Amino acid sequence: MNVDLSLFLPEVFLLATVLALFLQSLARPREGGGTLSINARTGWVPLAGLGAAAAALLSLDATGLVLRGAYRIDALSQFFKLAVAAGFTIATFNAAKQPTLETAKRADYFLLLAMSALGLMLLSSAVELITIYLALEISSYSLYALIPLRGKDPAAAEAGIKYILFGAVATALSLFGLAYLLAGQHSSFLAVLATKPWTWQEAPLGIVGLTLFMGGFFYKLALFPFHFWAPDVYDGTSNETAAYAATLPKLGAVVVLIRLAAMLKPGFQMTTVLAVLGAASMTFGNLAALTQQDVKRMLGYSSVAHAGYVMVGLVAASAAGLAAAGFYSLIYVLMNLTCFWVICRISREGRNVRLEDLNGLHSREPALAFALAVAALALVGLPPTAGFMGKLFLLTSAWDRGCNWLVVVAALNTAISIYYYLNLIRHAYTVDAESAAGLPRTGGAIWGGVLAAILLILGTVPAFVFQWAEAAGKQLVP
Amino acid sequence: MSYSAWPVLTALIFLPAAACLVLPVIKGDRAVRVFSLAVGIVELLLALPLLGFDLSQHGYQFVEKAPWVPDWGLFYHLGMDGISLLMVLLTVLLLPLCVLCSWTYISKRVREFHLSLLLMTSACVGVFVALDFVLFYIFWEAMLVPMFLLIAVWGGPERRYASLKFFLYTLAGSTLLLVAMVAFYVVGGTFSIPELATKSFSFPFQCWTFLAMAFAFAIKVPMFPFHTWLPAAHVEAPTAGSVLLASVLLKMGAYGFLRFCLPLTPSASHYFAPLMIAISIASILYGGFVALGQRDMKKLIAYSSVAHMGFVTLGIFLFNLRGFEGALMVMLNHGITTGALFMLVGAIYERSHSREISENLGLGKTLPAYMGFFGLFALSSLGFPGTNSFVGEALVLIGVFAVKPWVGAAAILGVMTSAAYMLRLGQKLAWGEPAKPKSWKDLNIREWVYFTPLAALVLYIGLAPGLTLRAMDPTLGHLLKDVNSRAAMTAAERPEGVFARIDFNAPERIPDGGGR
Repeated sequence: MNVDLSLFLPEVFLLATVLALFLQSLARPREGGGTLSINARTGWVPLAGLGAAAAALLSLDATGLVLRGAYRIDALSQFFKLAVAAGFTIATFNAAKQPTLETAKRADYFLLLAMSALGLMLLSSAVELITIYLALEISSYSLYALIPLRGKDPAAAEAGIKYILFGAVATALSLFGLAYLLAGQHSSFLAVLATKPWTWQEAPLGIVGLTLFMGGFFYKLALFPFHFWAPDVYDGTSNETAAYAATLPKLGAVVVLIRLAAMLKPGFQMTTVLAVLGAASMTFGNLAALTQQDVKRMLGYSSVAHAGYVMVGLVAASAAGLAAAGFYSLIYVLMNLTCFWVICRISREGRNVRLEDLNGLHSREPALAFALAVAALALVGLPPTAGFMGKLFLLTSAWDRGCNWLVVVAALNTAISIYYYLNLIRHAYTVDAESAAGLPRTGGAIWGGVLAAILLILGTVPAFVFQWAEAAGKQLVP
Repeated sequence: MSYSAWPVLTALIFLPAAACLVLPVIKGDRAVRVFSLAVGIVELLLALPLLGFDLSQHGYQFVEKAPWVPDWGLFYHLGMDGISLLMVLLTVLLLPLCVLCSWTYISKRVREFHLSLLLMTSACVGVFVALDFVLFYIFWEAMLVPMFLLIAVWGGPERRYASLKFFLYTLAGSTLLLVAMVAFYVVGGTFSIPELATKSFSFPFQCWTFLAMAFAFAIKVPMFPFHTWLPAAHVEAPTAGSVLLASVLLKMGAYGFLRFCLPLTPSASHYFAPLMIAISIASILYGGFVALGQRDMKKLIAYSSVAHMGFVTLGIFLFNLRGFEGALMVMLNHGITTGALFMLVGAIYERSHSREISENLGLGKTLPAYMGFFGLFALSSLGFPGTNSFVGEALVLIGVFAVKPWVGAAAILGVMTSAAYMLRLGQKLAWGEPAKPKSWKDLNIREWVYFTPLAALVLYIGLAPGLTLRAMDPTLGHLLKDVNSRAAMTAAERPEGVFARIDFNAPERIPDGGGR
């Protein structure tokens, strides 16, 4: 079989990164000493991520169907590979000097991180159920190992166990569904499945199987009622790992759900299931977040709510809807990473950040306070941030697709969510710290400003990025 | 539509925003104030080309249009008609006055204060001139955060409660506005406001979208059951915040009714008019009576705002030209008069450190100039003939008596209460017996500077309202004709319901041009 390697440019780049990190991790930790040992010198990883992003940008127009029809390179996959690479860059840059990670473990840490990102890239191109499953597991297993890596914190171990247990159950569900799908529809290729009937009357087994299979991805997405792990895991794991776990895996889940949703048409039973889950997820996530005092926990519940918003685009299942879902998940990654960037900078020795810790941030760190404010407003969906544009596209695409009530629920949820996001701004800007003394200077202000600027730019001129998502949507639903 | 070579409106929107980028590098509080004042004055100068507004036209002028997100039909589309002209001029005039009235009032975080002020101005001008629904929504939401900060950082002791309440109320309202906007785009095929205003939508669709939009605008105005955020926000906000809130933000709700509800959903507007009129009357009476019982000056003026804004919505839903003119006049005049009253309260607060009426008795002897201004603005607020508010309220009353005299009788009661509470306030401030003698200084030059233009406007509009009316008449006349004719088109679809039984909207009974 002849395969053109240029089709895999971003994957190959990331694979090379993984291999290099693997070699680096083999080095022996140096005893004491001033200089860093080889396996602690991981400063180059964000640059590799940048390279992967550039590779993804280069191969944005690539198309192809390889590996016997199981692996598809198209506008959708390339858009998500770009998103994964961009997110990976920011996440690794964010984690470069983790206070809760021994320097000798850095190479291993980034090895697992890169491995997980590679899995996500494979996931965005996989168009065959077993391939999808394998790619999902590549990205998940690395995360299972990453979550407990937070010094000797027992809470992190607890988070790790929770993540694995929930993940194992979700995976089992997924496999169960896969078996039903194979039995009911006699194929594991999405292209073939798309031609089959998808109604309860004609293919009950298929519907049950697809629902269960999707369950595995709902778990990744932290969609209600598969969300229970999210707040605890964010809370327990280190800030930097949480930044990754909260963002990139969602991309992988969304891309698969987009591919599956493209097979559905409005009015189908599956669509209703998605709509109900979406509405429940956003409402529950927002209500639960209202009372949180720990910023990471709050973001955990907020991610549950955002999983619900993405469903709005999937329910629409039109070219515009799928494009909007893709665009929104990219924006979601960016705004959440901006939030986490600020959290990681102001956290003391890697401890969790509570709302009171933000007090007086405006005078300590004006740039970080600004970045946090922009990210919070973007998460609410207020203009002129990218979050608003994402939400506008989502709601517009879903109107008149048979679920107008979902649009109204999504809009009303904004009003609920404003309270807790505004709390971030309120603490950062209007409450003064009791004792400003003794707080370390934090740095990272410039990059925080850059991330905020990206959110603002995407909010005012979204067209140049949105067109890529749009191309993906049009190609899925011509 | 007429296009212009120099992008006047863009300049007006982006000058304050651009100034925000410069502000962080300016050193020293005084320099920040001077800089902001200079920006305010330049902004006023930039508004001079607006005087070239063609008074004989009803269409949009100074139009700018550029593609923004072409695939989604988003345009950067600005324009100005008779309604927005007056609102923009008011907004632009207030920026330098707000800087001046905060000169000594604001002493902490001066730079951020002026940053918020400038951002507010940008967003407010944007709201009044945006002709693309999404663009409008962006400006509409963009002013929330600066206003929130104005209250939450520089506000009074209850600022946390007041600022959160303000934000939650306004945002809750605008979420449904967003849904209405999306629905209009999907059904009408465009985000352009002028284009949407020419399409006719089915009656049920109009009803739902009307309710969604009216909810947002009613909160902003605020109309009676949704008004509770206003007294809290007004009392806690710093002077400049109160001024902007009263003079500009409240107008956006009324502007929304005129710009969106009426032209986009004409039938539903007619259908729900009795409801809106009832709520307006409730606002007038409720605001007036509650104001009677206040001991805090700011609270009193805040409740009087509820009453005055009731006149605005009353005028809008009368569907006759006098009512429309009156509504827009009251909007403008309330902006001038109430803004000035809040500045006066701020000025006395700087002297007595209290807003209680009982702590500020007997100022007539020691502060004659202050009381002189206060008397003028208080008379204006109660609609004394010869002042600006008289023109507006009289027009609304003419409009309402032409349609339903008994509704007019209720509105008259509201006018009477406003005389009662304003005269009581003025009397106590001027001639009350103070507990201890005062040694406060009368107005200084800075204060003269910011009260004089407003006082001049009170008298100018009060004595010679012709020019103002000429500026708004073509637009309002066209709007009225358009709304009525298109409402008649879908009238057949309109079901007989509770609201349809009271026929408020009998054909117009006043001949055009008469009765001024």
